[in-house]
Amino acid sequence: MSARTRVVITGMGVKTPAGTDLDTFWETLAAGKSTAGPIEGFDTSEHPVKFACEVRGFDPEPYLGTKEARRADRVAQLGVAAAADALADAGELETDPARCAVVAGTGVGGLQTLEGQERIYLEKGAERVSPFFVPMMMPNATGALVAMRSGFTGPNLTVTTACAAGAHAIGEGTRMVRDGSVDAVVAGGAEAAVTPIALAAFWRMGALSGRVDDPPRAARPFDADRDGFVMGEGAAFVVLETLEHARDRGARIWGEVLGYGRNCDAFHITAPSPSGAGATTCMVSALEDAGTSAADITHVNTHGTSTPLNDEAEAAAITKVFGEGSVPVTGTKGVTGHLVGAAGAAEAVASLLSLHHGLVPPTANHERTDPALAIDVVAGEPRSIASGPALSNSFGFGGHNASLVLGQAPAA
Amino acid sequence: MDRNDAFEQLRDATVTVLGVDRDAVTENSRFFADLDADSLDLVELVMALEERFDVAIPEEELDGINTVGNALDLLLGKLGAPTP
Repeated sequence: MSARTRVVITGMGVKTPAGTDLDTFWETLAAGKSTAGPIEGFDTSEHPVKFACEVRGFDPEPYLGTKEARRADRVAQLGVAAAADALADAGELETDPARCAVVAGTGVGGLQTLEGQERIYLEKGAERVSPFFVPMMMPNATGALVAMRSGFTGPNLTVTTACAAGAHAIGEGTRMVRDGSVDAVVAGGAEAAVTPIALAAFWRMGALSGRVDDPPRAARPFDADRDGFVMGEGAAFVVLETLEHARDRGARIWGEVLGYGRNCDAFHITAPSPSGAGATTCMVSALEDAGTSAADITHVNTHGTSTPLNDEAEAAAITKVFGEGSVPVTGTKGVTGHLVGAAGAAEAVASLLSLHHGLVPPTANHERTDPALAIDVVAGEPRSIASGPALSNSFGFGGHNASLVLGQAPAA
Repeated sequence: MDRNDAFEQLRDATVTVLGVDRDAVTENSRFFADLDADSLDLVELVMALEERFDVAIPEEELDGINTVGNALDLLLGKLGAPTP
């Protein structure tokens, strides 16, 4: 039997509240400081939700030009920029563009456009609805714009599995490279849902932290006093290709996608399955796909939303797979907020940077581990880890689960 | 509103909607060939002009409007100003 094709990451790009370049992103994560602050994207004076993690100072024009930037929703602006950064980081791919794919994840697509145009329709009528409403709002706009800019004419798919979309995009992209149908994939996720209706809805669900007096301390994964997530926005993309191709072209290799698990709870439209049964199966399946055992995993980059339900179910699942407190875990969302469809991609990048630096970033605001959770949460300071793979979890509303096992760059 | 004022306003709208340089917009500029517009761009530009000039521009009146100057004549006609 021939060995399976090995898939490596040769480019990464981020546009997140924690930084819009890899160095800043890593420094912010390593500092373990929340990026939550007053919402600047819309007027919150009449809105119950006043804070979020937004991408500050992002200018889409260098990536899209003046005209295209106006015709792209913020989600696509962020996505195109992160993908362009990842492709620039990867360097010349030296392959047929027809054998290059795009897999983009998003939770909802162009929500700012949807909400803004709805208002225009109600106030001014059908005659004032933008002809660009559909191409700006459609969830696949990011993938289409990435292709138009990169010239990639291979498969171009959009994954919409809510908060797991970014991780699924990387996993599905990996499988495309493994099955030989493409040579390279730019895969990741984007989200820009810091919008009045989305925040009102998450607030009505009781999913958001209500810590209005102290936003920087609101997102606190696995902490005893956690009370919900903080909405974030942003994008992250990676470039995937075969190890062989990366070596042939002398590319710098960030790491390897060793394993990918995905499944569905088939239980409830928002709540995780009891005791994290779905998440447990998903992690086990990723470890099996990687041909590695739980004992080899250096740390888990959790989904860790800071909601009571998610963190309890995820901790139970981690305990089941790894044993009580036997693997360090970190929660990126304490710093970044919840990037929804971009979260899994941003956290895959965070995991790869952790492996690169040999450090697990601390979980922001994690002061006292919920006594009901038998996990070892990295908090306060970054923790040194030995060489070895990481596991990154992403779980979406709808019960969609994804786990990625990511390894260091293979020794030459 | 005289022709110059109207042209400057049309130019503002064109620069904003089509993302072109101000200098690129003259009465002779052709929307498709010179200003890189597509049909959706023109729908948006017409909407912007309707708002700015408070006029209605039905689609059937757009036949034969190829240049900025054509559009200016159409607008001035609606504003009741003399056209050349």
